[in-house]
Amino acid sequence: MRIEDFDVYKDLLMEKSGLVLTPDKSYLLDSRLTPVAKKWGFETLDKMSAALRGVADPGLIKDIVEAMTTNETSFFRDSRPFDIFRDSIIPSLLEIRATQKRFKIWCAAASSGQEPYSLAMVMKEHAGLTGWNFDITATDISTDILDIAKAGIYSQFEVQRGMPITMLMKYFEQKDEKWHIKDEIKNMVQYKYFNLLDSMASLGKFDIIFCRNVLIYFDKETKAKVLAKMKAQLAPDGYLFLGGAETVIGITNEFVPAQGLRGVYIPAEAAQSAAAPAATQTA
Amino acid sequence: MKSCLVVDDSRVVRKVARRIVEDLGFTCEEAEDGQKAYEQCEQNMPEAILLDWNMPVMNGIDFLHKLREMENGAYPKVVFCTTENDMDHIQRAISGGANEYIMKPFDSEIIETKFKQIGLLES
Ligand SMILES: C[S@@+](CC[C@H](N)C(=O)[O-])C[C@H]1O[C@@H](n2cnc3c(N)ncnc32)[C@H](O)[C@@H]1O
Repeated sequence: MRIEDFDVYKDLLMEKSGLVLTPDKSYLLDSRLTPVAKKWGFETLDKMSAALRGVADPGLIKDIVEAMTTNETSFFRDSRPFDIFRDSIIPSLLEIRATQKRFKIWCAAASSGQEPYSLAMVMKEHAGLTGWNFDITATDISTDILDIAKAGIYSQFEVQRGMPITMLMKYFEQKDEKWHIKDEIKNMVQYKYFNLLDSMASLGKFDIIFCRNVLIYFDKETKAKVLAKMKAQLAPDGYLFLGGAETVIGITNEFVPAQGLRGVYIPAEAAQSAAAPAATQTA
Repeated sequence: MKSCLVVDDSRVVRKVARRIVEDLGFTCEEAEDGQKAYEQCEQNMPEAILLDWNMPVMNGIDFLHKLREMENGAYPKVVFCTTENDMDHIQRAISGGANEYIMKPFDSEIIETKFKQIGLLES
């Protein structure tokens, strides 16, 4: 691919999805965009690149953005965040939301659904939550991947990666060679399209946000913007989960790591007010 | 060092499994059927058993039942690792006392996470 063409895609992806495309990833353009070019009737990638310099069809742009997303995920990915969610976060919510008996979770890069469904299974298993109301809103920029999430049908390989066999036995049904997640779990999750670069105000407020393994694709400025917007949607006593290779440190002062909970972050003000009594004592 | 007994009638599978469990820090013993595995457990009870279902002489599920009746037979963590991939087999394995169940084909990542989940490895 010519360097000018590379720049066309680089700028487009940065603007539309925040994805940082570095030259060493240019091989991805060829392999992932050739099928898109074919679908839209361009003989070659070069022809599509030329078309993109003019007024491009929004549908084509959407296909390009989706083709360039990495949807890698698994049930109970990294396992520890889900242990923390079960053993520390749910007990905390049981306390701080005891009057409302309600809380809301947002999975901000849900991919094919494994993350929100893992959370739903953890919540289903938690005896303390009977009689409580909760919503899990799961969003992604790729409508193709959301269709897969909504269908809730997984291969043998996918259900084995990270998921305890007891969960598979309880919450899945086997049809032919595929594993279908049961309605009792599926119905706990609402899926919708959402681009993290857009205004988040319409999404409402959440008690917990899972935003895992998506900020890694953004540059520092975009990360900071997304995190600042997320803080506005998070309850002051809420929790943010990031992926194993992600952090707020050096990116934003809006959040700080939650003590003793790896991968979990809380609004900076919440940490300050928790520390305040100690501070007055020493004064 | 923890030990893992790999029970499978295929030499190729045993070899692959050995590599994986050794990489995870286990010592590895092999057995080619349930009867041989049973005899080895009488000598030396391992921490972990990776168990195939279909084998000559004594199959995996019969071995599991016999193992769980042995003195100290509750000790090893047993992970089935088989091409049998239907709910019926899974249920029989778990109610027979298996701790986890892997459907072939498997890879090192699947074994590692399953071992972590049942406490054979630190997570
Ligand atoms: C690697 S997956 C992470 C899935 C899951 N959170 C996990 O940790 O396993 C990243 C997801 O982020 C989505 N994504 C990328 N850019 C996005 C954006 N600007 N807005 C919303 N989602 C985006 C991709 O479509 C993809 O499904």
